[in-house]
Amino acid sequence: MDLKDLYRDVILDHNKRPRNFGTMEPSDSRADGHNPLCGDRLTVFLRMNGDRVEDIRFEGKGCAISTASASMMTEAIKGKDKADIGGLFGKIHALLTQQDAVADPSLGKLAALSGVREYPARVKCASLCWHTLNAALERGARAETPATVSTE
Amino acid sequence: MLQVLVLRPKRRCRCKIDRMNATQTTSARSQSFARPRFKAGDEIIVTALEHHANIVPWQLVCEQTGCTLKVAPINKRGELLFDEYVKLLSPRTKLVAIAHVSNALGTVLPVKRIVDAAHTQGAVVLVDGAQAVPHSRVDVRALGCDFYAFSGHKLYGPTGIGVLYGREELLQSMPPWQGGGDMILTVSFEKTTYNDLPAKFEAGTPNISGAIGLAAAMDYVESLGLDAIAAHENRLVELATAELQKIPGIQIIGTAANKASIVSFTLDGVHPHDLGTILDHEGVAVRTGHHCAMPLMTFLGLPATARASFGVYNTEKDVASLAAALGKAREVFG
Repeated sequence: MDLKDLYRDVILDHNKRPRNFGTMEPSDSRADGHNPLCGDRLTVFLRMNGDRVEDIRFEGKGCAISTASASMMTEAIKGKDKADIGGLFGKIHALLTQQDAVADPSLGKLAALSGVREYPARVKCASLCWHTLNAALERGARAETPATVSTE
Repeated sequence: MLQVLVLRPKRRCRCKIDRMNATQTTSARSQSFARPRFKAGDEIIVTALEHHANIVPWQLVCEQTGCTLKVAPINKRGELLFDEYVKLLSPRTKLVAIAHVSNALGTVLPVKRIVDAAHTQGAVVLVDGAQAVPHSRVDVRALGCDFYAFSGHKLYGPTGIGVLYGREELLQSMPPWQGGGDMILTVSFEKTTYNDLPAKFEAGTPNISGAIGLAAAMDYVESLGLDAIAAHENRLVELATAELQKIPGIQIIGTAANKASIVSFTLDGVHPHDLGTILDHEGVAVRTGHHCAMPLMTFLGLPATARASFGVYNTEKDVASLAAALGKAREVFG
């Protein structure tokens, strides 16, 4: 396996220039994600229109896989409703964890994360942002304190 | 257990083998030694560079007894600020719990001076020697410490076994921390009497294969010679430090004057976890992360570092492989 299958150009690009990076004030919902074993932390902010994600931001500190995955996720889910996002989550989860999973065309750029499954220790880096997004979506409108999810 | 003691008749100190690693021996000691005798107003001192295993057991004791945890500060090079440590000492200090060698930075702490200062206030000193014992000759009586703990698996031995040295009068004064077979002399429903040291602390069937494995590991290490091991590793640490300093973007984390066996570092623009994956891919195994020393990482303002640890099996070629692999990481991340 070549390192380039993990660190594809699109991943390195999103790591260097993360999209939708920063805070959102006010937001309709937010959640903190934490990977205690490696120390990665990120926060996802959402502006909702009913069930639809009108806008999304994320901020935090993490490795290239974690940052790029979060950045690509924000692009992929903006404008989508909860049901569509649930479908994407299932596909990305399969892509990250199942050896024989074939990237669904609907994943678009997210398919670049397929190399991660060859590195079991790194799967959590790529999935942290999705778990955090789920927590933010479940959290709903204008909660006082953000939800926190952990990969452990 | 017997095997280890029999094979080492020249070690006349009261040595005991727990079927525990250093984490567990520290935890057990905190419960057996500290919990019955510490009270509100008492203080425990640790340093800012400790492994979680030498922080959390004392936090539990503080919760249970109402005593207070004090932290002796370090500088950015990873050295203990000795004068600041001395200022924390007082008659309230009941225990000083310190690493001998920092697992995250490699700093060798001035244990003898720390112990001498603590003893002037009547405090007991426990040393976490998990990182020191495999890399140098340790003489607990010369250090003067009251307790000294280390793990089998850091000494090329099995997991789940370790050693706690304790001054005999302290061990005698401590209640058993687990009840069961072997730790008793007689049992009746009216009165149970406890066994002598070290059996008093070893309830139940011991980790027999672990003790034999640890004894074999100690024989192996002694056959190589601890001074020879220290010299070999120090040479590799110096070489690695020099080689890494030549690589643009490398920051060496932990530059104490007295260091052992470890080079912790970061590479600008590459997160330590990405670095770990790339080095692994190039056949170089390093540890990445917070090294179970989150307060230290917070103090240094870092989420994580990569850490190359040198052991008896490493060679100068390994240092060259590490340097080459770091070049590859720079290439991947452009």
